[in-house]
Amino acid sequence: MSDELAYLAARAARGLMSRRAFMGRAAAVGATAAMADTLLGTAARAAGPKNGGTLKMGLGGGESTNSLDPALDASQVPFMYMGTMGNTLVTVSPTGEAVGELATGWESTPDAVTWTFKIRKGVEFHNGKTMTPDDVLKTIQRHSDKKSKSGAFGILQSIKEMKVDGDNFVVTLKSANADLPYLMADYHLVIQPNGGLDKPDAGIFTGAYKLKSFEPGVRIEMEKFKNYWDPNVGHFDTVVMLVINDSTARNAALQSGQVDMVNSVEPRVADLLKRAPHVTVDASAGRGFYCFNMFCNTAPFDNNDLRMALKLAIDREELVKKILAGYGSVGNDTPINKSYPMFEPMPQRSYDPEKAKFHFKKSGYSGDILLRTADAAFSGAVDATSLFQQSAKKAGINITIKREPNDGYWSSVWNKEPFSASYWGGRPTQDQMFSTAYLSTSDWNDTRFKNPKFDKLVLDARGELDKAKRKEMYHEANMLLRDEGGLINPMFNNFINAYRSDRVAGWHDNPNQDMMNGKAAVLCWQA
Amino acid sequence: MHPVVRLVAQRIALGLLLLIAASVLIFVGTNILPGDVAQAILGQQATPTALANLRAQMGLDQPYYIRYLHWLFAAMHGDLGKSLANGQDIATEIQGRLANTLFLAGVSAAIIAPMSIILGLISALYEGRWPDKVLSGITLAWVSLPEFLLGYILIYFLAVEYPIAPSVSTVYDSMGFWAKLHAIILPVMVLVMVSVGHTMRMTRAAILNVMQSAYIETAELKGLRPFRVILMHAFPNAISPIVNVLMVDLAYLVVGVVVTEVVFVYPGMGQYLVDHVAKRDVPVVQAVGLIFAAVYIGLNMVADVVSILANPRLRHPK
Repeated sequence: MSDELAYLAARAARGLMSRRAFMGRAAAVGATAAMADTLLGTAARAAGPKNGGTLKMGLGGGESTNSLDPALDASQVPFMYMGTMGNTLVTVSPTGEAVGELATGWESTPDAVTWTFKIRKGVEFHNGKTMTPDDVLKTIQRHSDKKSKSGAFGILQSIKEMKVDGDNFVVTLKSANADLPYLMADYHLVIQPNGGLDKPDAGIFTGAYKLKSFEPGVRIEMEKFKNYWDPNVGHFDTVVMLVINDSTARNAALQSGQVDMVNSVEPRVADLLKRAPHVTVDASAGRGFYCFNMFCNTAPFDNNDLRMALKLAIDREELVKKILAGYGSVGNDTPINKSYPMFEPMPQRSYDPEKAKFHFKKSGYSGDILLRTADAAFSGAVDATSLFQQSAKKAGINITIKREPNDGYWSSVWNKEPFSASYWGGRPTQDQMFSTAYLSTSDWNDTRFKNPKFDKLVLDARGELDKAKRKEMYHEANMLLRDEGGLINPMFNNFINAYRSDRVAGWHDNPNQDMMNGKAAVLCWQA
Repeated sequence: MHPVVRLVAQRIALGLLLLIAASVLIFVGTNILPGDVAQAILGQQATPTALANLRAQMGLDQPYYIRYLHWLFAAMHGDLGKSLANGQDIATEIQGRLANTLFLAGVSAAIIAPMSIILGLISALYEGRWPDKVLSGITLAWVSLPEFLLGYILIYFLAVEYPIAPSVSTVYDSMGFWAKLHAIILPVMVLVMVSVGHTMRMTRAAILNVMQSAYIETAELKGLRPFRVILMHAFPNAISPIVNVLMVDLAYLVVGVVVTEVVFVYPGMGQYLVDHVAKRDVPVVQAVGLIFAAVYIGLNMVADVVSILANPRLRHPK
């Protein structure tokens, strides 16, 4: 890069030179348009955020049934408007640490049973009321009540008692949990005035933007909240979310410049979209994975040799290449990867038809194996199942595929049938992921994995404040799951988002969730 | 009583009867689905006592015919119940969606009707010659392509490559009329392209059929110009089949354009119905089903009435 170009870019970024003039001068010194564009983006970041403008987001995953009650959030668009208009006590940083949002800090008793959260002062709700620790208490209480139908109901069951103590919010647990702050980062637990008890869907929160108009499943418009407690974020005057569930329509809207940002780019078109002018495609390695679940308590999957045979009979590299178009990484039959805190590398399992044949023979089972699938499980699930069938055939294992309807897949196939395709979005900590689906007592134990040794390791680790010891325990638990569990996890998928680099600056990776963990509108600014 | 009035009254009575029959079908259809509304609301928390309480509260413990009459009575008074998925009043929610759907259908129909009739007349006039062949070739090609593909092709050329129209047609309340009209350019084009073929060909066939009659020969022998013969002598006698196919097209524009709505992100009734079907939201499905049935039956009734009125034998009885 020539010094002249860098100088020009810096001038353009500070507004001393128009964008058009910069592109022209850049071309004159021999830079391609794409190169000049990237350069301008980097310079804009260095120059610092700019206030004003409108951000238009084209988002998949919204329905006309969406609500403004955070308890009822279940899809991508509500997740994102809640993240834009609201705050939780704690949030998870891109590097996986719990950091305070409406809590300024926290501490626990040495046994990790009683936790004290210091509540931020001077925070104003969109209706002008000042937030108090009592609002926090009421919010968590509402979500702990079954009547609220909150998606966070399950994770709050470990709480024995909550109270307000001066400026603090104090939680006492039924048993030790070193990860409690992460639970408070759950996206349902958005703090509302009086906990939302008066009107759960009033749409009053503490976030950087406040609601202007709400048409569920169509369009949500928000405007800058002038009295937001953090003046360093929330740079746009207006944020508009357009619900575009069709992925081709979403990409076209980005290319034609009708929107500045889109989520859920399909892996197979990501490379094509990249070639469009001014479009930047960002893939964040996350914790979500695409998998096949076997019930460990149902024949023939109750035999560990058979489970092992199937785990060895899947070609992980091929799936990452063909189903994810390279936008992902191979899985190792546990839900955990290096995006999780306290992860210890394990030997990687790979495709081995000979060994698979050996285990299959040893299991004593010789019939066909029925695998149920549908594209509802994950994008490309039906193709992935066929690839699995082909690779297993080379190991002498005959898989028959039953294609199920997308409609009703989650209520009548997943967690009901003994062998089916599925996915998980991942959780911020290992403990949460294990508690959600792999403990004997989990509500969603979709592999029927019931192993007392594993349970003990996870529960002991939960109360262990010594990090080295805890890491060792998690490693052991992961090895157990990898070698004896009912989960075949061939691949972790990336979150693929795209934005127009001529309109948006300040983007950074975040492995927690789509769209910078739902905070893209809060953290980015106009380019 | 004048026979036309009697016939029209008969048609309207028949239409209403048909609508009631359709409402019975919708009610029965949504009720034979496994599980009931109470179960759908409670989901995984459905304990037997909670189920019984909620059923009593919602009147689900009463016999079928009583519930049907209650529902029909409320619906006739504009009360369509509350959505299970988000607790909103269905009638208010549907209003906006129905207005959007009618707007899109209305604009499309305003183009389709004159365009297809004029093109049909031209084809009939030049029967078998190149204008006829070109027109029927192009419109057949449009009809044969699936709507979503046509939509994507238009988006690619007219929104991405040569951006003259928006690819996202979301309309909302604070938009002005012209802004809304600009937003729906592409979906209207798709709907016109997929519908114009039917009506144009029907117009052409109906007119050519009439052209075989003796009175057309007389008109020609009188020395009238061909276009005048078609417009003044053939067209009035071909109106009834044309109106029939136009009404079927119109009904399609209101009830059958969900694919176009999805491709262009247009907030109409189809998208609304699909969202609520996915959530097993029975009251919404019933309400939308009833409205669709009413539109279909209503438009067919209009077609019948128009063909009665267009029939001179009925207008001027001996």
